[in-house]
Amino acid sequence: MTEFTPYSALIGGILIGLAALSLMLLTGKIAGISGIFSQLISQLPIKLSWHVYFILGLIIGPVFASPLGFTLPQTIDLSWTAIIIGGFLVGFGSRYGSGCTSGHGICGIGRFSKRSIAATVTFMTSAIVTVFIIRHVIGA
Amino acid sequence: MNNLIALICGLVFGFGLTIAQMVNPNKVLNFLDLFGYWDASLAVVMGGGVITYIIGYQLFITKMKKPLLAEIFNLPTNAVIDKKLIIGSTIFGIGWGIAGICPGPAIANITAANEKILVFILLMVVGMLLAQKIKKR
Repeated sequence: MTEFTPYSALIGGILIGLAALSLMLLTGKIAGISGIFSQLISQLPIKLSWHVYFILGLIIGPVFASPLGFTLPQTIDLSWTAIIIGGFLVGFGSRYGSGCTSGHGICGIGRFSKRSIAATVTFMTSAIVTVFIIRHVIGA
Repeated sequence: MNNLIALICGLVFGFGLTIAQMVNPNKVLNFLDLFGYWDASLAVVMGGGVITYIIGYQLFITKMKKPLLAEIFNLPTNAVIDKKLIIGSTIFGIGWGIAGICPGPAIANITAANEKILVFILLMVVGMLLAQKIKKR
């Protein structure tokens, strides 16, 4: 069980929205993490493009939250099977479907893109069904 | 200049993910578990993020010819809801439902140096590269 934390959720959500909005407003780029990250990994040797700087920021950002009492999880309660299968499917699906929670879910819906609305409804539904099957049908 | 902005936006994004605790897979899975002990926090995170983006986008960006510090808005031109979009999104959702981790939170978790997160990212890279290969055909 985890507690419902509406205030920190709202502040965090607004910060995420502001970060994505600023990137579009200032540089004209979509803050879609799967897109930015796959750009970075598919160009070898890695060029020092804006993608690298964004990912670097994403990595160090959490460090500034820890003095406020918001930390990264120290232990991950997932099985190795869940990590390996989950990681592969998240990577494959986000790229094959041209986006993930950030690119489709925030930026895409934010500009009323029909593709992104369809994608978000699809992945939310399949994620909810998957959790239902794992937790309540299989009972893991 | 644009690199510095990308760095700061990435930083605020990662900071926001941590404040929102979307970096915690348990919290994500409990949000997706509508029929268990539902934790609605992430609905607030996504709602807060998307409403902020909608307001800013409709108020400012739709009225601008170009971004403040670049020549063009890089927006997707494809408007068709095709098979790839739906199949890919379905697969992504299954992975998200299995692990409770999506690409942003996975990368934001790197400094915790948890071996499970690092293996998750490695497999995510493999999946991304494979999808790109198949998609090009």
